[in-house]
Parts: sequence; C-alpha cells; structure tokens
Amino acid sequence: MDFFHQLIQQLINGVSLGSIYALIALGYTMIYGIIKLINFAHGDIYMVGAYLGFFGVTAAGLPILPALLISMFVTGCLGMVVEKLAYKPLRHAPRISILITAIGVSFFLEYTGMYFVTPTPRTFPDVMGNISFDVAGFIINGQQVLIFAITIILMALLTYIVQKTKLGKAMRAASFDTETAQLMGVDSDKVISMTFFIGSSLAAAAGVLVGVYYNTIDPLMGIMPGLKAFVAAVLGGIGILPGAVVGGIILGVIEALVAGFLSSTFRDAAAFAILILVLLVKPSGLFGKNTNEKV
Amino acid sequence: MNSIRKRDLAMLIFGLILYGAIQGMISEKIIGSFWQLNIILICVNVIMAVSLNLINGYTGQFSLGHAGFMAVGAYVGVVATVNFQLPLIAALILGALCAGALGFLIGLPTLRLRGDYLAIATLGLGEIIRIVIMNIEYVGGAAGFKGIPHLTNFTWVFFTMLFTLFFIKNFVNSSHGRACIAIRENEIAAEAMGVNTTKYKVMAFTIGAAFAGIAGGLFAHQFYLISPNSFTFLSSFNYLIMVVLGGMGSITGSIAGAFVVTFISAALASFPEARMIIYALALILLMFYRPQGLFGYMEVTNFAPIKKLLDKISGNKGV
Amino acid sequence: MAENKKPLLKAEDVSEVFGGLKAVADFNFYINRGELIGLIGPNGAGKTTIFNLITGVYVPTTGEILLDGESIVGQKPYEITQRGIARTFQNIRLFSELSVLDNVKIAYHCHVKYNLLETVLRMGRYFGEEDEITQESLKLLKIFKLDEHAHEVAKNLPYGAQRRLEIARALAAKPKLLLLDEPAAGMNPQETHELMEMIRWIRKQFDLTVLLIEHDMSLVMGICERIYVLEYGMIIAEGTPAEIQNNPEVIRAYLGTETVN
Ligand SMILES: Nc1ncnc2c1ncn2[C@@H]1O[C@H](COP(=O)(O)OP(=O)(O)O)[C@@H](O)[C@H]1O
Ligand SMILES: [Mg+2]
Repeated sequence: MDFFHQLIQQLINGVSLGSIYALIALGYTMIYGIIKLINFAHGDIYMVGAYLGFFGVTAAGLPILPALLISMFVTGCLGMVVEKLAYKPLRHAPRISILITAIGVSFFLEYTGMYFVTPTPRTFPDVMGNISFDVAGFIINGQQVLIFAITIILMALLTYIVQKTKLGKAMRAASFDTETAQLMGVDSDKVISMTFFIGSSLAAAAGVLVGVYYNTIDPLMGIMPGLKAFVAAVLGGIGILPGAVVGGIILGVIEALVAGFLSSTFRDAAAFAILILVLLVKPSGLFGKNTNEKV
Repeated sequence: MNSIRKRDLAMLIFGLILYGAIQGMISEKIIGSFWQLNIILICVNVIMAVSLNLINGYTGQFSLGHAGFMAVGAYVGVVATVNFQLPLIAALILGALCAGALGFLIGLPTLRLRGDYLAIATLGLGEIIRIVIMNIEYVGGAAGFKGIPHLTNFTWVFFTMLFTLFFIKNFVNSSHGRACIAIRENEIAAEAMGVNTTKYKVMAFTIGAAFAGIAGGLFAHQFYLISPNSFTFLSSFNYLIMVVLGGMGSITGSIAGAFVVTFISAALASFPEARMIIYALALILLMFYRPQGLFGYMEVTNFAPIKKLLDKISGNKGV
Repeated sequence: MAENKKPLLKAEDVSEVFGGLKAVADFNFYINRGELIGLIGPNGAGKTTIFNLITGVYVPTTGEILLDGESIVGQKPYEITQRGIARTFQNIRLFSELSVLDNVKIAYHCHVKYNLLETVLRMGRYFGEEDEITQESLKLLKIFKLDEHAHEVAKNLPYGAQRRLEIARALAAKPKLLLLDEPAAGMNPQETHELMEMIRWIRKQFDLTVLLIEHDMSLVMGICERIYVLEYGMIIAEGTPAEIQNNPEVIRAYLGTETVN
C-alpha cells in the first residue's frame, strides 16, 4: 500500500471513530451548555448504553436496530434519573460540588455496572456479517457503514429537534441564559431533563455502535472515550452543537493518523496535545466566541 | 509576634508526640504491615492533597493534573536512586525540582485559561506526562520501573509531610499567600490591588507541582515497582476529592480528607466490589449535605477550645 | 513651582471601541496634583470605561494616558497600581469570603518587601512587616468606622459599609491618585453626607488626588473643585460646580433627565 492509499484508509477509520466521539460529545456539549457541568458520568452512560444494546442482541435476540432504539430509550431515561437524583438538588450549589458529584455518579455507574455484569469484557456479536464495500480500492466495512448511517440520521434528527421544535427553542433559550429563559416562561427543569434524555440516548447509540465496531465492551470502557468526547466538545467550542460534531471528527481523524503513521501509544497524547494547543490559541474553541468580563 | 512562633512550636511538639506514638506502635508491632503501609500512604496523600489545595483551594485555579507531577517526581526519584545510586533525600529534591520546573513551564501558558477550560487542559497535560513516560524505554515503558529499593519508611514520610505542612501554612499566611487567596476571591480586584495575578498563579502551581513531585518520590520508594498506570487522571480525581472533602482552602481539611479517603479505602479493602460503590455514594451524599467539605475555610486552630489552648500555651492575650 | 503645574494624570484623545460601539470618544482630560475632580454623566456615558482605561483593565483603542508625564498605556493593572493609582468598583468587588481585615491587608501587597524564603522560614523581615501591616490596616479600618467589624466576613457587611471598605482597601495600596466609582451608590443621605466628610478628610490626611464618579449631585457639587460631564463617551462640559450647574448643555443632557424622571 502506498502512502496516499494508506492515508485515505486511515481517514475512513478516523471518521468512523470520530463519529462516535461526536455522538458522545453532543451530549456533553448540550449538558454543559445548559447547566455548565462537565458531566464526567457521561462516558459511563455510554457504557450502560453499550451493555443494554449487547443484552438486547444477545439475551433478547433482537436485531441490531431495535436493540439500538431500546438501548437509546432506556439509557435516555437513566440520564434523566441521574439528573433528577444527583444534579438537580445541587442546581444552586458551587460548581465544584456538582463536578465532584458527577465524578461520584461516574464511579457509581462503573462499579455497580461491574457488580452486575462482572469486570470481564464481553464480546459483542457480529451483527453485520462480513459485508464490506470496496470503493475505488478503499475498504469500508459494514460496521463503518452502520456507524455513518446511524450518525447521520441521529444528527439530522437532532438538528430538526433543536432548530424546529418548541423543545429545541426552549433548549437554545435556556442554554443562552437559563434565568431569562425561565422568566420568559421556559420550564427549565423540564428542558434540562429533556437535554439529559437526548444527550444520554445519543451516548447510548455511540455505545452500541462501538460494540459493533470494536466487538468488545467492558464496564470501564466509558472512561477514555468520555474524556475524549469532552475534549472534542471543548475543541469545537463548548455548548455549540456543530462544534461538537466537528471536534469529534477532527479528534477521530487525528487519532487514526497518529496510530497509523506514528505509534498507537501516542494516540491519546495527540488528542490532548491538540486540545491544549487549541485552548492556548483560541480558548473558546474552534467555533466559540471569545467573551470578556465587564468590569 | 512571638506568640506565632510559640504556636508553631506547640504544633511542632504535637507533631513529634504523634510521631513518637505511631513509631512506637510500629516498633512494638502493634501496628501491622498492612496498616503501616496505609499510614505511609496517608502521609503521602496529605502531601498531595495539601499541595493541590494550594492550587485549587487557595488560589482558586482548577487543576486536574496533579498525578502527572507526582509521576515526574516518582520517576526522577527512582532513576536517581537506582541508576545513579543517589541517596533518597537527593532523589526527593531532584524530583521536586523537575516536577516544579515542569509545573512552571506548563503553568506559564496554561494558567491564562479559566475554570473548566483550565481543568480540562491540566487533565490533558497530566495524561500527556503519563503517556510520555509510558513511551520512555529507559524507565521501563508501560511495564513500569522494577527493582526500586525500599527506602521509604514512616520517619521519612512523616517528617517530609510535616515540612510540607509548615511550608504551605507559612506561605498562605503571608502577603504572598494573601495574593493567591485574593485571586481566588476576585481576580479583577486582586489585580487592582497590585497583585501580579499571573505570577502568583504560576507560583502556586509551581510550588504545588514541586510538592507533588516529593510525594511521588516517597510513594515510589515504598514499592518494588511503579508503573505509569499509578498516575492516571483518576488518581488526580482522587486527590481532588480529598481536597474537596476536607474543605477547599483549609490545611486541616486536606489532612482530614487524605486521612478519611485513604482510611476508608483501606478499611473496605476486603470488599473490593462494594468499596467503590460506597465511596461513590459517600461522595454524592457529602456534596448534598456538606458541599463546603468537612472544614470549609476553617483550620483546627480556629476552633474555640483549641484556640484557647494554643493561646494559653503561647501566652497570647487575644486580639 | 513648575513641577507642580505638570498634571498628575493626563488623557490625550483617548478612545475605546467595543465591537461597533464607541464607549469613549476622543477623551481629553487632566488632573493636577491635589485636585478633587468629578466625572458625571448619564448611565452608559462611559465613565466606568474611563476608569478601566486609566487602571489598565482595558487598553485604549487610540490615544495616550500619562501619569506624571509617562505613558501608562499597555501596562497591566497591577503595574499601574504599583505606580500609584488605586480604585474602587461601581459593582462592589470585595474579597467577599474573607474578613474585613484581610481585605485591607491584601492591598498592602505591593509594599511588602519580605521574600519567599523569609515567608516560609518565618524569619528576617517577615514578623516586623506583618505586624506593621496589621496595625496600619486596623488604623485604616478605624478611619472608616469599620474597626468593630474587622473580623467579620466582608460579604456580611451592610451595603454602605462594603462601599467604605472598598475605599479603605484602595487606600491601603498607598496611592497618589484615588479613583472612586459611585462610592455613594445605595447609601442614604446621612451616610452620603458622612462619606463626603470622609473623602475630604482622607484627601488631606493622605495627600491624595481624587477622581470621583458620582450620581449624587449634592455630593459632587459639594466637594469637587472641577467637574467633567460626559455623554455618549464625549465630554460635553467642563468647569467649576457653579459653571456646570448653569450650563444649558448639561441641564439638557444630565440634570434635565433627572428632573424629568
Ligand atoms: N467590556 C465591555 N464590552 C462591551 N461593551 C462595554 C464593555 N464595558 C462597557 N461597555 C459599554 O460601554 C458603554 C459605557 O459603559 P460604562 O462605562 O459602564 O458607563 P457608565 O459607567 O458611564 O454608566 C455602555 O454602553 C456599556 O454597555
Ligand atoms: Mg459606571
């Protein structure tokens, strides 16, 4: 394989991985946008989604799509419950308290998860068979097609919800300025709840897709991708939905290129290095606006 | 101001008595090797927590990369003792210098960032440090560094901890420390009162990193092997939790936080599954019912009976 | 003496643009050593922005600001404070979780000489200077009738007391020029009157030059020697209180709106 060929192949892999980061990052960025919380438990929500998808396919014997939808719905509800029980009581507490709570929730999900499903990794059944497409000499496998298709559909759906529905308008208003939105009649509790539902179900979709793509899941699988997705959200400009998508894809591509051309051990370091560079050059992220405090 | 000196002396004597008591119990084998290890870990964690508190609690800068500096101190330390046959004290000092220098280099550009952005950047830097170490074959790479001499003992960690506590206490109770606290309280006002905010942020970060380096050196020489996996961002979270649990901006709090966290995880060591779940729930409940941590901004010396006792010892007629 | 005739602070054609908005336009002004000058104008006129420009919080888009004949444009706020300009904030910015005493002690920062080594080893100049700082802070608090609250947390003080603490804290930085941004805001007439006396007194006592932003006309007209009137970022009048009170432009722009409302 010549260099160019390998480059394109790595790009395809990168975009697949990046799509998954993007789906997780969307939830991160939506939640941050609305309650200014780095929801460290988001990666574990994604893990729960992966397991629900796994049990849907194995224990319940469902085809992948229904399993995905059920996982998204249940995980969405879990996200809402977490918000209600753990974050809502702290709505007016200092930011650090909510952050520590999020770390607590994260540990809780990881280790209760471990308690129920054991720490041993599970092998996700091969739901796509051995399909693969040869486009002008580049291999795109069935899993990648599934990832692209699901990601595009979900993003289109999310765009529709945010841009066109009443809920979406309320979400945008609330993330712009929660208090003013409340004065204008937005039920912020409900909006926050729905944000957690949507964000969590997107993470669940990412979890199931990762299971399909990498074939293996475990209770601590959410830690690194969760962190990376947050990096992606910051990269794109936190609180900005298209930013999360672009950030996710960039991150995925960079990781694939570093893994393919340098060494896979530097994959994670590259992601963080890019993050720090972006923050130093443009602290508000690629798509963010710089704001300064009025004195 | 002789009374301050006398109070310091009183606390030092208290420290020595505590040392004598514990060392006695160790020599008499009243404290077994399991708890001896945990007492050593508590002291190391106190150093970590109190130095992180200087950055997060006193200066109000949200750092999540403390484990990275600990890693630098640990690896520099073991290279010094194993590859260069230097004594432990030299290893600790070298570790502190390297971690501090790195903290300075990283802090200078990074501390322009605020709040969550700083948090995620420092988290990323901590991870980068770890991954870089993982890729250095000279120190064993991902497999870790083997064959470390067991040089750490209770005496070493206790007196290093005592030194750290006095250093940080004296720092925060001075014009330099007040400058840091002013930054936490209101950065714009601090600058308007003549505080070079960049300088003091970087200073707090550098001092914090240097002490994390010392803690790393002590930690490393307790074990035969250290690996980069001992220094992930999850351990940084753990130190943050100690600080928040005890109270951001309280040295007493950091001691208590380090003690409680280490003690609980040791006590629950025989129930590994339940341990983390209980820990998680405890954390959430604590944030619900006591978000300011056990001590808030208070020090143990602020509490009325102890204050009275100390005043009596130091002959301070109140102010 | 020629030396004294040179203005302490001088602004030459200073402009500040935020986005498209010209908050301050071609601002020219001077203040001589020892003067007490008022800066008035309707809300949003750009008064606070001028303070921010003088203290280095904002950098002027164009123009020069000279302190003792030397440009201070581009210097950091802390450097400008070290050169002798201290300020209070319109939206109170105390160190709210700290004690009243600590609020004042912090402001001695740029006059402290003991170094890091003396700090951590508690030796050399440390005790002497700390002692002095505490004593001086308590003295300042006494002047502002805050000594009884010295050990209270700043945020628990009544509003008027918080404003006085802001001034006390600014004085601790030992400035030549003191900038007061609406020090009487939220005070009742009795407090305002006391504040006026206090400003007069500290000015004499500490040999200060004062630049004052204030909406309370009795205060401004009562103590200022000269007044600048600002509207939409531009100076529309300058003169003694008597001149300003009779200036038709001012009556239209500022006093007018007050009587109408
Ligand atoms: N940091 C800033 N960014 C954008 N606009 C600002 C900023 N600071 C002040 N302004 C604008 O400049 C104008 C003057 O404000 P200000 O100086 O606070 O007025 P005053 O103190 O006279 O009431 C206002 O329109 C205000 O909105
Ligand atoms: Mg103003």
